[in-house]
Amino acid sequence: MNEAVVNKASSSARPAPRDKHLAERGFREGLGKVFFFMTAGGRARAFAKAAILAAGLAVLQLAAGSGTLRAQTDCLSCHADQGLQNAAGHSVSVDGQKFASSLHGSLKCGECHTTIKEYPHPDTVTPVKCETCHADQAAGLAGSVHSNKADHPCTSCHGDAHSIFPKNDPRSAVYPLNIPRTCGACHGNDALAKKHGLPNIYPMYIDSIHGFALSKEGLLVAANCQSCHGSHNILSHKDPASPTYKANVPQTCGTCHAGITSDYMGGVHGKAVAAGNLKAPVCSDCHTAHAILQPTESEFRMQSTPICGSCHTDKLSTYRDTFHSQLGSLGGYVETARCWDCHGAHEILPASDPRSPVNPANLVKTCGRCHAGANASFVQYQPHANARNRKLNPALYFIRLFMNLLLAGTLTFFVIHTILWLIRSRYDQIKRRSANGGKNA
Amino acid sequence: MPDLEQAADGSRMQGHGKERFFMRFTRAQRYLHAVLFTTFLGLAATGLPMRFSESYWARKFASGVGGFGAIIFFHKLCAVVLTLAFLIHVKDIFTRGVVNREKGIFWGSNSMVANWKDVKDLFGHMRWFLGLGPKPHFGRFAYWEKFDYWAVFWGMIVIGFSGYAMWFAPFFARFLPGWALNAVLVIHSEEGLLAILFIFSIHFVNTHLRPDSFPMDMVIFTGVESEEEFKKKRPEEYSKLENEGKLEARISEEPATWLVNFTRVVGTIAILIGLVLLALTLSAYFRE
Repeated sequence: MNEAVVNKASSSARPAPRDKHLAERGFREGLGKVFFFMTAGGRARAFAKAAILAAGLAVLQLAAGSGTLRAQTDCLSCHADQGLQNAAGHSVSVDGQKFASSLHGSLKCGECHTTIKEYPHPDTVTPVKCETCHADQAAGLAGSVHSNKADHPCTSCHGDAHSIFPKNDPRSAVYPLNIPRTCGACHGNDALAKKHGLPNIYPMYIDSIHGFALSKEGLLVAANCQSCHGSHNILSHKDPASPTYKANVPQTCGTCHAGITSDYMGGVHGKAVAAGNLKAPVCSDCHTAHAILQPTESEFRMQSTPICGSCHTDKLSTYRDTFHSQLGSLGGYVETARCWDCHGAHEILPASDPRSPVNPANLVKTCGRCHAGANASFVQYQPHANARNRKLNPALYFIRLFMNLLLAGTLTFFVIHTILWLIRSRYDQIKRRSANGGKNA
Repeated sequence: MPDLEQAADGSRMQGHGKERFFMRFTRAQRYLHAVLFTTFLGLAATGLPMRFSESYWARKFASGVGGFGAIIFFHKLCAVVLTLAFLIHVKDIFTRGVVNREKGIFWGSNSMVANWKDVKDLFGHMRWFLGLGPKPHFGRFAYWEKFDYWAVFWGMIVIGFSGYAMWFAPFFARFLPGWALNAVLVIHSEEGLLAILFIFSIHFVNTHLRPDSFPMDMVIFTGVESEEEFKKKRPEEYSKLENEGKLEARISEEPATWLVNFTRVVGTIAILIGLVLLALTLSAYFRE
């Protein structure tokens, strides 16, 4: 999966050198002519001559360059007009200067607009086929969730066809720091999200730890959309070949978080997933996919326990009975033990494993991280005791029963006692007042 | 009509002057109650959010006062103050009863210790509720007052001990078994809940909100009560003092207006806070 992502990245990088080659072609041809003169015109004084000739040829080269431009100039004589529109009312204006500085700036217009051979050209022209040069990307896109060409033309991500820049150019729509905004143009749109049954991703991502690193720090290595989803052949997370398919998630995240993935694969959850049990959680089940928070952040500490509890329901309910949970539920105090404070987060091991922090031999140390002075007796405390279970926790069960009976008994007796008293004394009061002359009778 | 006015004035003055006030609680006892109900309200207000930490209001309240850190700080602060008040009271009882050998502390009609008359009064009172008999003649402390006293006494020992066991768990673990650390939370929260429900419903109604005292019995705030109230509420004590000729010694001054007004405001606030907490407790308890 990891490889797939890397391949994707390198394949989208490929067009850059190819197009650079096109741009440099004219210059190399001129250089060839210099060497021809050097060999044919004698070697003795050739160096000085060659220098002069080289200078002259450079002028020629420029002329040849302007020859390429001339073909653009022909088109631009009309299309430079900013108000130029086609019959459908769409702008067909081209900013010649911007185009010249773009990745495709050295191409003649006809190299993409292949059906236009002469002027005047027909009013309706066939759309440009990017796949003529970018076959790999087109093939990837055809097999992806974005395969509908009408909805997802290349320009929907790469921007205006006449101002496409290499992806490492900050002006590019697919420059790492621009990708979230590019994808967010659709995936940050509520109406579109609803139409396709997808969540509105952009706001979740941009507030996440990845989004923060990218937008606030400008960190190029921060995960952006394509780091996890790929670029052209984006697949549904239900597709086993997708980097976001559940079983592939640990490797996808591991592209950057290699250490964590290796810890995770050693724990019970990682082993279960590796064995094909897709009920076990992967990275995104606990950290979420897009709205990933810094795990030490209080918001994450507050939201994480129910996530573990969504599978470990019995453990959650007994945890809820403890002071750890009661404290932890109240905002502002996030230090109390959450599941992973005791069990570990990534390399979760069964209590029987001597390396597990909840192995009896390690409890004094584990509890002692928060409870200074924890001793062997202290760690006999059961963080998941169930006072409702007579067999598991008989002492606790009977203490709770006694306390409940005391509570119910005391209150039942006194509620009856006091209600009767209230009625009787109110009755007396009214009787007395009516006897006193009818006031308030 | 100057005559009538003067007459009315005179009779009012006379009536006013006639009314005698009798001491029921000493200043120290009133302060003890003030410390007790202030810290109890504080403990309840900060304890309930912990007990019902899942409920909406608990979380709102907790974040409103600065989160759990603030809640536990005030809980512990109130606990320490209440513990000191409790210890001062126990020392006072010990000094009076054991060191000074004062009579009537551990037995007799002035003692808080229950006796046979309390049992008879309880049944007699209930017969009166149902119209089956006369109202019993209560003494200095009626059976429900003694129950309140001992409920608080027992509650403070139980809740206090279990609370300190949680606060200093590693220390208590030196001589308590491991499961006791689980048990103390169950005990603390159940007993605390009982105390809250009892005080904010039963004690409030029995002592303050019932028609004879509504909206509150001011005697615990001013220390004195009128002769009429004394005779009506505690006829046995009144007649005993009268027979023994000690009634005059108990006569006290009429409470100052500022004291009555001030304590009435404080008492009303305390009762309102208690009733709000009672409503929240019941709503959370039955939703659990």
